[in-house]
Amino acid sequence: MIAPPKPELVTVNIDGREIAVPKGTNIIEAARMVSVDVPHYCYHPKLTVVGNCRMCLVEMGLPAVDPATKAPIMDPATGKQKINWMPRPTIGCATNASPGLHIRTTSPMVKECREGVMEFLLINHPLDCPICDQAGECKLQEQATGYGRGYSRFIEQKNVKPKRTLLGPRVVLDDERCVLCSRCIRFCKEVAKDDVLGFIDRGSYSTLTAYPGKKLENNYSLNTVDICPVGALTSTDFRFKMRVWFLKQTNSIDTESSVGANTVVWSREGVIYRLTPRRNDAVNDTWMADSGRLLYKQVRTDDRLATVQVNGAESGRDIAVNAASERFKQGGVAIVGSGRSSVEEQFLAKKLAAALKAPAYLVSRVGKGDNLLISADRNPNVRGALVTGLIQTLPSAHLTELAASIDAGRIKTVVSLGEDLTAAGLSAAQLAKVSVIYLGTHANPTSAAAKIVFPGLTVFEKNGTFVNQQFRLQKFHKAVPGFTGAIDDLTVLAKLVAAASSSGTAVASEINALWTSLAAEIPALGTVLFKNLPETGLLLDSTPWAGLPYAESATLHYQLAQPALATA
Amino acid sequence: MNLKPETFSRIDEVIPHYPVKRSAALPLLHLVQEDQGYISQEAIEWIAAKLELQPINIYELVTFYPMFRQKPIGRRHIKVCRTLSCALMGGYKACGEFEKQFNTHRGEISPDGEVTIEFVECLASCGTAPVVMIDDDLHEKVDCAKARELSARIKTEAATRQ
Repeated sequence: MIAPPKPELVTVNIDGREIAVPKGTNIIEAARMVSVDVPHYCYHPKLTVVGNCRMCLVEMGLPAVDPATKAPIMDPATGKQKINWMPRPTIGCATNASPGLHIRTTSPMVKECREGVMEFLLINHPLDCPICDQAGECKLQEQATGYGRGYSRFIEQKNVKPKRTLLGPRVVLDDERCVLCSRCIRFCKEVAKDDVLGFIDRGSYSTLTAYPGKKLENNYSLNTVDICPVGALTSTDFRFKMRVWFLKQTNSIDTESSVGANTVVWSREGVIYRLTPRRNDAVNDTWMADSGRLLYKQVRTDDRLATVQVNGAESGRDIAVNAASERFKQGGVAIVGSGRSSVEEQFLAKKLAAALKAPAYLVSRVGKGDNLLISADRNPNVRGALVTGLIQTLPSAHLTELAASIDAGRIKTVVSLGEDLTAAGLSAAQLAKVSVIYLGTHANPTSAAAKIVFPGLTVFEKNGTFVNQQFRLQKFHKAVPGFTGAIDDLTVLAKLVAAASSSGTAVASEINALWTSLAAEIPALGTVLFKNLPETGLLLDSTPWAGLPYAESATLHYQLAQPALATA
Repeated sequence: MNLKPETFSRIDEVIPHYPVKRSAALPLLHLVQEDQGYISQEAIEWIAAKLELQPINIYELVTFYPMFRQKPIGRRHIKVCRTLSCALMGGYKACGEFEKQFNTHRGEISPDGEVTIEFVECLASCGTAPVVMIDDDLHEKVDCAKARELSARIKTEAATRQ
């Protein structure tokens, strides 16, 4: 790997503090590095700079040089080079750091500028914060408090613009609240590549709109809601459901594909209200797909498994483990792991397979990648199964080998970790020949046919890690308590491993304890522990699995390791 | 898109005048409006496709400039100046006279389909106020009598055409 070239650093002075920043860094980002807030609306680190909100006005000065000789002009009072302050303010977002640049963000002129901009922005803004969904996470609200003058001089009539426009199936627009920052327009154009939004009737009645007859319905439309600094764009799903300040934020990972977009789960009292993207510049920037935001709905559905079952009757966990142990003793066990399980579950599944000398399979799910944040591999953690050694080759969509073994009578028991075996190509007749032990979250034909069923937890109800397509180990946290009746998959797996092993010694099921043995037994994980894994993930060495024919094509921040060499 | 052949050739001629195709958006809108009398949604989409843009980019332009119309107008466009000099010298009266003559109202198409009357801002002939532009011809010192005379001329021309 070639190390990226070191960026050229330039020293700038912000409010009297010197800081070295990479050349080209703008003033907002440079100020962020010294913990100075430069308020802004239109600027977004992942979009082009347009500089139309004027909120980030700062005072700027450059070191003085003699026009003729180019020699620095020194200030005799301080002994330092004199600074020529510009008579007018400049916008921070479009001003890039240059050597010796001086910035003032607290001067009376800057304060006046901010008050002026805030006053103009609030002229036509309806003061409907009490009924606005954005309240609590609204930049206008925050900056009116922080930088506004605190009272209104406006006695005229406010503009009337369209309220409740449906821009698309998932996004509602209130034009009166819009501050015309154009972030949503730029997002659609630059990131989603679906240029449907624009300002019409520019002037006092500037109105954000979708082109007549077109809708904002691409699979990334809800990102416009996230980046909207005010309450103009709201999500039809989250609108009027909950005040954001009541919600608890838990870091999680999007499970819809092997991209592993970083997310935040917003929940209150055990109920999830929304999922939003979490910034990770190496994975998903600040975006995520709309489809991934709906996944929390799987937590509370009618088909959640809620009871341990043995032979169709409700039972207890330990009775079921004993029943499974009896089956194990008869031999002929196969394990169908899952690319949706966490690394820890796959590790225990591998241990179970080893203890039983059972073959282990995985089921692949391949869809169409969108070259952005949904990859072709719709399993979030196939690479985890490679790292833990559960599988050595990439899985296929059908369990043909397992089906043949069942037909040949070699397999008597199949342990399925949440995979629907009928969907994976086993016929009902083949299922009837074996006894199935099923660990899963939702009812399906396999759980109905299973002899032993353990109800498991969804990704929102447990801790764990996934390995994404870049071989980046990323962790997710428990956001809400487990569904009533469901058992932590790690507990069940640990008990099954203990039951299967000849010694019968207990295996750790608590995640931190489990990671000690995980790290010790899997060389690729080295000295990693769950508790010290960074929230932005850790890139693992992928060289042992470099040559495999992965399903993914290029997505955001993911290039194929090598160009596809005549794979056809 | 149903345009006159010469409009098509002028469009193809004007696009390469600009370093990027996008810059030809305004000239194309003028040409299409000259040809059709207004800019239809079909025209917006056609121009967008022609310049490899999205329709919203053209739609933004059309809604910004007041001289682009999104609805058809009468056969002739009567533009009455209402900026200060003309307003003081009787521009509103002239406009009222035109409205009376054609039995119509500002911004609408007259019942005979002959004219659309509109107020415009300064036509840069304040010395001869009030002034009126009928299509591309400037008429100076248009008082009520002259407005009647101009209206009569339009009606005669309309009658001879039929």
